[in-house]
Amino acid sequence: MDEDVERHKIEYYGEGLPGVDLGELHGRLIAIEGPDGVGRSTQVSLLKPWLESNGHAVLDTGMTRSALAGKGVKQAKEGLTLGPISLTLFYATDFADRLENEMIPALRAGFIVLTDRYIYSLIARAIVRGSNPDWIKSVYGLALKPDAVFYMRAGVADLIPRVLGSPTGFDYWESGMDMHLGQDLFDSFVEYQTRMLTVFDSMTEEYGFEIVDATQSPEAIYRTLQHRIGRILRGMS
Amino acid sequence: MQMYGDHHFPGKLFIVEGIDGSGKSTQLSLLRQWLRREGYMVFFSEWNSSPLVKETTRNGKKKQMLTPTTFSLIHATDLADRIERHIIPPLKAGAIVLADRYLYTAFARDGARGVSPSWVRELYRFAVRPTLAFYFRVPLDVAMKRILGARAGLKYYEAGMDLELSDDVEESFKIFQGMIRERYEQMVEEFGLTVIDATRSIEQQQNEMRLIVERELKDVPKDPAHNFEFEGD
Repeated sequence: MDEDVERHKIEYYGEGLPGVDLGELHGRLIAIEGPDGVGRSTQVSLLKPWLESNGHAVLDTGMTRSALAGKGVKQAKEGLTLGPISLTLFYATDFADRLENEMIPALRAGFIVLTDRYIYSLIARAIVRGSNPDWIKSVYGLALKPDAVFYMRAGVADLIPRVLGSPTGFDYWESGMDMHLGQDLFDSFVEYQTRMLTVFDSMTEEYGFEIVDATQSPEAIYRTLQHRIGRILRGMS
Repeated sequence: MQMYGDHHFPGKLFIVEGIDGSGKSTQLSLLRQWLRREGYMVFFSEWNSSPLVKETTRNGKKKQMLTPTTFSLIHATDLADRIERHIIPPLKAGAIVLADRYLYTAFARDGARGVSPSWVRELYRFAVRPTLAFYFRVPLDVAMKRILGARAGLKYYEAGMDLELSDDVEESFKIFQGMIRERYEQMVEEFGLTVIDATRSIEQQQNEMRLIVERELKDVPKDPAHNFEFEGD
């Protein structure tokens, strides 16, 4: 085993998962976080082919797509049938399934796991909806600490044109309509996203977010991310 | 969203716990009949009964895709749904809520599966503390005699087959139930569980249960519309 690989340490936020040998995880875990409409998925779609062209195997993954709970979560959101605690825990189930069945096997196989959102969006959503922060953070103590978390940061005013530019416009959940914050989607979106930003900002230090100014052009953001990710990959030849 | 903990609602929450074959469900349904006859509003909540989460759980079990962690989380999701939907509102309305299995089942099973006990306890902090939690204590071989043979076939997770304790389903089930029993015994003191000696006759156990429950009913409102309930209503 080469020296750099040996030096690469991966750990959990809390007590982690039973039955996983962390010493076997030779890949790298990179999370892209940030509010709705900030352009995370655009960056993931640029970074993946770039990493692959440099010879790295990449798994890209995102929220609520797990084989176990993805469908149930989707139904729950469509039918609005779950209460806030249940929905929070359903998301956690979905996350744990993807962590154990997608991310960890990929890390074991030496992949770079590029995840569009990680636990931070889930934590922020729960906190904004009134969850006890200590409680939800300890639930996500099962998660691996990524090698880097890039927080694509933009103000609410910067998000609005991007949301309007998407074919669906303002979305029920992205506007936090379940929280009854405003008269309509727009009012609710502004209030909800403002609260989300406050929570994200407050997590920056605790979780070691690397802030990326997402008001720049996608090309400029891409170059910034390439540069920073290049650093993480040094030990991976 | 609230962490309910000790609740101050007018209703009461009584729950039963114990290994399979301890007779807890029989006792709970007898208690239910009595409470209804006495004129209380009674609401009954089963383990694993939330319709939406049920489908995910069933699918995960059928395809054997649950790990100890996702097994734990999906059951926590289910209990949260039950609490938000079926436990808190009746407690607020002054009803007596009866639950067959509660979070101690999760602590026992998940612990036996190797999930960190402190993480699971933290996970369930959203749960309402029960007024009384009955634990039906029974020796493993007595419980096994009661159920094995009586049931058609043991299911994969029910028998703890995911733990690879034994290739034989029945043998695995026994070992797993033994592990769960140990966890329950450890929780008696930790959570102040009310222990019922489940080797005694059904009538003796039920009488004891009623005496204990009665002490908690002083301020519980009765159903104003209640006058008489016919058998089997």
